[in-house]
Amino acid sequence: MKVDRDQVVAMIKEMAAVVAQNKEYLTDLDSAIGDGDHGINMDRGLRKVLEKLPPVADKDIGTIFKNVGMGLISAVGGAAGPLYGTFFLQFGKIAAGKEELTTSDIGAMLAAGLEGIKQRGKAVVGEKTMVDALEPAVEAFAAAADAGKELLACFQAAVAAAEAGKKATIPLVAKKGRAHYLGERSIGHQDPGATSSELLLRAMLKVLES
Amino acid sequence: MVGIVIISHSLKAAEGIKEIAQQMGREVPIVAVGGTTDGDLGTEPLAIKEAIERVGEVDGVLLLVDLGSAVMNTQMAVEMLEDELQRRVVLCNAPILEGAVVAAVESAMGHTLDQVRRAAEGAAQMEKLL
Ligand SMILES: Nc1ncnc2c1ncn2[C@@H]1O[C@H](COP(=O)(O)OP(=O)(O)OP(=O)(O)O)[C@@H](O)[C@H]1O
Ligand SMILES: [Mg+2]
Repeated sequence: MKVDRDQVVAMIKEMAAVVAQNKEYLTDLDSAIGDGDHGINMDRGLRKVLEKLPPVADKDIGTIFKNVGMGLISAVGGAAGPLYGTFFLQFGKIAAGKEELTTSDIGAMLAAGLEGIKQRGKAVVGEKTMVDALEPAVEAFAAAADAGKELLACFQAAVAAAEAGKKATIPLVAKKGRAHYLGERSIGHQDPGATSSELLLRAMLKVLES
Repeated sequence: MVGIVIISHSLKAAEGIKEIAQQMGREVPIVAVGGTTDGDLGTEPLAIKEAIERVGEVDGVLLLVDLGSAVMNTQMAVEMLEDELQRRVVLCNAPILEGAVVAAVESAMGHTLDQVRRAAEGAAQMEKLL
């Protein structure tokens, strides 16, 4: 199984749709331990991405993802902008010039994207951020790929790991981002960024499953 | 002379801080930037990049930020600058208001970018309740 350009375009539209549907949910999570804007920020960013999509939708997959990254960087307005922006710029680098993606391409894109987020935000697992969902997801994808699983199974493993990682942020004390100012009071709340990470990966999976 | 860019989640806060700092160095180029394009609180790399470029002819530009994404978005903005300007720009680890005041004073005295940065960062240790 390979992923072609049309599927990539469908993934981007699905991510935007899922974020729009969950705008209030993400904002509510962020109100509990942050400044209450994560859903608004993500939705603004992905609407910008959709606006910028048509002129690149027939280009190579690298260009399409680079455009997603630039859209998020320019329009999100909060910490998620430079972080997810870097994530998708890294996708774009690995996918540069490609018309379709293999399992190993996608594994490399996820790994490079995560590395970009960690370099930009300096967060490690356990600090109650999006890294808590993304790192286990990237590892689960790689483990499934190494075991010779099909792309779909690899992506399903990644999403399941992201969901577990997201839930595991609940008992943590935040060490990065706005929630960090709350210290111990951040305990008991699910991190908004970890939640949006799971939603984005799940949106991509939905396209693979259809 | 060293120029200063004040970067806050709130344009109002950035402009207010600029006003306070400007009193200490009337001729120092100071630019305030903040908020999102559609008027919400936040920071945007492209707006920050433009603000740095707007400072004009100076020997260096000191960047002061408030918190959170202001740091990451400013770092991104700096990476997007042309090499020549990028070499004359420094992001400093100073409290935004006190740092801006100290930086304006130091810049008006004709100090170098590095001197202005160190003085602004020293503002974190200044006693307020004497
Ligand atoms: N340094 C970081 N590294 C990784 N993830 C981070 C970091 N800082 C924040 N985050 C993630 O970003 C999410 C918040 O995103 P959001 O768009 O609401 O930014 P914000 O915190 O409001 O930004 P700002 O700093 O402008 O207030 C958090 O839930 C967390 O997952
Ligand atoms: Mg927020």
